[in-house]
Amino acid sequence: MHTPLSAKEVLDRYFLETRGRILEIAANLDRIDRGEPVAKQQDDPRMDQILQALDVLRSEGAARAERCQMVFSLPYEENWSAPNAE
Amino acid sequence: MRYIDPHIHVISRTTDDYERLAIAGCVAVSEPAFWPGYDRGGVEAFGDYFRQLTEHEPRRAAQYGIRHFCWLCINAKEAENVQLGREVIALIPEFLDRPNVLGIGEIGLNKNTPNECTIFCEHVDLAVGRDELVLIHTPHLEDKYKGTRMILDMLANEPRTDPNRVLVDHAEEHTIEAILDGGYWCGLTLYPITKCTRQRAADMIEMYGTERLLVNSAGDWGPSDPMAVPRLILEMRRRGHSDEDISTIVYENPLRFFSQCKRFSLG
Repeated sequence: MHTPLSAKEVLDRYFLETRGRILEIAANLDRIDRGEPVAKQQDDPRMDQILQALDVLRSEGAARAERCQMVFSLPYEENWSAPNAE
Repeated sequence: MRYIDPHIHVISRTTDDYERLAIAGCVAVSEPAFWPGYDRGGVEAFGDYFRQLTEHEPRRAAQYGIRHFCWLCINAKEAENVQLGREVIALIPEFLDRPNVLGIGEIGLNKNTPNECTIFCEHVDLAVGRDELVLIHTPHLEDKYKGTRMILDMLANEPRTDPNRVLVDHAEEHTIEAILDGGYWCGLTLYPITKCTRQRAADMIEMYGTERLLVNSAGDWGPSDPMAVPRLILEMRRRGHSDEDISTIVYENPLRFFSQCKRFSLG
């Protein structure tokens, strides 16, 4: 039976990788700011998605990866018409 | 550790990669029919492609001691052309009984359009009518959640579908549960940027268990890593998983799923 890594073990192993990826995101956001006036780029819905996803990272609760996926996902329409529906 | 890569487009790789796979322990590859990066000119091009998958590629793989298996279909992107889609579906039976063909795939959705859905359902009809295995591509990025739900709906609408004979691939954190809850086999694709890392795949394996889960590299003509499955093996070992559990994911599960095809044999 597999014993999951403890929180400390996860931090020990993945801290530098996490730090590196956060720095990449920070650098990407700086690059965006250098390319466009801040007021204009905030009209792009992708910026809104990025900011929402960052909020998910800081939020309480589990399944942050899944919740971030949903931020970047088109919604499913319950009543869509399948070709093979009865 | 011996392993099977259940989803890799080796026709787009050089034999350098076959050598690396063989050294790393790969004993077999399964190659779905896919979009080559451009839209083909007509059904004749698909005939040539199916010949490549069923004649040339198994010989290339055999030079490195690797068994090559394949799947046949018109991919979701080119399926937007319904007329071409129907011509290709009509061509498939000519090739289905070739010794390395596992079934119909990788069918699925790309942008979740009505035309793609029409051709998807017609592929499923062919597959269940001939009692063939099915391998499904779920869309990329923003289209994945919606498309996966639509695919599961269409599968559920076909009463002859046996979930145990269907592999739904490219699952991620927001789609894996619905796929497994539906009784389907579930593929995690270790492909940079647009899909999953080996760390996230290992997380999902830990959260959902080893039942009906497979991993693959989907190595193709884009930035991808044919060695992704051995890298996952290493990641799981580093986390303390047993060789038995790792082998379940990378060898036993693909073996069990593919063995449902009467043409499949590693012997």
